[in-house]
Amino acid sequence: MALFGRRNYSTVKVKKRDIPAGMWLKCPACNEIMDTTILSQALWVCPKCSYHFQVTRDDRLAMLVEAGTFEEWDREFYSVDALGFTGVASYTAKLEENIQKTGCKDAVMCGRGRMGTHDVALAIMDFKFLGASMGSVVGEKITRLIERAIEQDLPVVICCASGGARMYEGLFSLMQMAKTSGALAKLHQRGLPYISLLTHPTMAGVMASYATLGDVILAEPGALIGFAGPRVIKETTQQDLPEGFQRSEFLLKHGLVDKVVPRKELRETIIQLLDFMMSDNSGTVRADSG
Amino acid sequence: MSSFALPFEKPIVEMENKLKELRTFSENQDIDVSLEIERMQKKIKETKADIYSNLTAWQKVQVARHPLRPYTRDYIKEIATGFIELHGDRIHRDDRAIIGGFASIGGRRVMVIGTQKGRDTKSNLECNFGCAHPEGYRKALRLMRMAAKFGIPIITLIDTPGAFPGIESEERHIAEAIAVNLREMFALPVPIIVTIIGEGGSGGALGIGVGDRVLILENAYYSVISPEGCAAILWKDRTYADKAAEALKLTSEDLLEQNLADQIVQEPPGGAHSDPKTMAETLKKALEENLEQLGKTPTDTLIEQRYAKFRGMGVFGEEQKEEIAPADTGNSSPREEDASREMDQAGRHSKDDNTGSPDSPAQKSSD
Ligand SMILES: [Zn+2]
Repeated sequence: MALFGRRNYSTVKVKKRDIPAGMWLKCPACNEIMDTTILSQALWVCPKCSYHFQVTRDDRLAMLVEAGTFEEWDREFYSVDALGFTGVASYTAKLEENIQKTGCKDAVMCGRGRMGTHDVALAIMDFKFLGASMGSVVGEKITRLIERAIEQDLPVVICCASGGARMYEGLFSLMQMAKTSGALAKLHQRGLPYISLLTHPTMAGVMASYATLGDVILAEPGALIGFAGPRVIKETTQQDLPEGFQRSEFLLKHGLVDKVVPRKELRETIIQLLDFMMSDNSGTVRADSG
Repeated sequence: MSSFALPFEKPIVEMENKLKELRTFSENQDIDVSLEIERMQKKIKETKADIYSNLTAWQKVQVARHPLRPYTRDYIKEIATGFIELHGDRIHRDDRAIIGGFASIGGRRVMVIGTQKGRDTKSNLECNFGCAHPEGYRKALRLMRMAAKFGIPIITLIDTPGAFPGIESEERHIAEAIAVNLREMFALPVPIIVTIIGEGGSGGALGIGVGDRVLILENAYYSVISPEGCAAILWKDRTYADKAAEALKLTSEDLLEQNLADQIVQEPPGGAHSDPKTMAETLKKALEENLEQLGKTPTDTLIEQRYAKFRGMGVFGEEQKEEIAPADTGNSSPREEDASREMDQAGRHSKDDNTGSPDSPAQKSSD
């Protein structure tokens, strides 16, 4: 057990990508064809129309956290097929396929890293892994992240993306909403800040738990954010959906999101918020254990 | 509507019709057929018990949705006295899909809150088929906070297909309303007893579903997604709902076994709708027992145990293999983990040693 901490520790370097450098990619918004090397340097934001591409967890980490400061927590957690789920494809097969595809064991990466002068408890969800659906692993890792933040007196930053609860895990997955929210109740009582970042897309079960419980809720431009999917709403109500419905800007207007932040300004914005939230009235930054 | 029967209830209905005929015959002809009637009654009872003890998951879902099944207001009428309904979220409007108010159960003051379905078109339009909008969850929270203020235990009764998927629902942030309830319910300093009385439809159910005890009626179900929704996604065909219902492990027995429910409340043979009075009595007894027990628990313990209960929900594995830490180093020093944390899920998550689990592919990403 003594080695546990050691094994948890890793330095993430941004080498491996889903799309190798030098490839060409078409922007789905403006149809511009771009070199991925250029796109990568632009934080995966279209230089022509500012369309925000989805990013991998490693890219997200690199754009937020000081290089070499990230210590990953609970990376060895993996999902199990508790229900013996027998759909068209088995849950085990789905997991295997997504592990191969992403090189990760599940849909969230958690750990401690430095942003500006602050050590933060940071979680990054990765939509590429089974739509970043929340099963027991995601729920447990987020809960442990929050519990460790309380123990180590850290602010919490969660980069959300999710299609919702992971139905292969039945009611266990739904209960992760309760579990993570319960942990946030404790963080709340401890007076530690929690910044939630909503990225494309953040929906359903994750939305109806920790994603919407941030003291400050930020969103990347143009992200789809909501509880029910647009198609379900359209089918249920037989109504035309308003323009920009369930997009970041719509949610800013309707009062859920505090700020829509372009990716380039994200790190600075979070640090600015933490500078304020983690200091007292004399301007002294809250003692941190880093 | 009073003659509504599910397909597998047909034998019962046929026998009940025969019994009716027998009675009419006896009255008209003035012939004593009491022996036959008695025999028929016994047979009906046996058939009911037989059919209802062998329901599939999908059949149970149908029972849970039975149009004659008692709803929240029916239980309040039977179980509680002096119900004073309280209305509105003080922000937007009064959502009729979630009702609540002061009441007494067995002489104890409680705050009772529940999702409400309608019996006919008119009432269903009023309460939106039991699908609440954000203001329903916010009304529930207002009432729960008031209960906390007066030290009154909270009883929630859940029977909803889910929170309403609509434009206004999204515009007023249904997800946030549910999330806030989840967080706040963990902090309420009064006992909370949750009962799934019919449909436990996903987040819409959980939105008033955090408590010290989670009870579920025998034929109720509680699921992360409707069987039809699951079938549409995983089988690409809603007609596979029966298979999905089976796979989702959503019945009361499944949930008790998974430790996601604490107690099954037995239904009368033939389901809650066949004998609502008996059903209400059984539920009342269960609620009273739990109120009694929780009433003795100190508040701090209550809140701690409530967290621990939900904290323990989940099944996952942990790789125990030795793993070489990346050679090149970051600037922060590795931290000792509290080893005991690993064990706090004892008995719940499987510790993997060599069960053919994926072979640490996560390492590749840091190579
Ligand atoms: Zn573009």
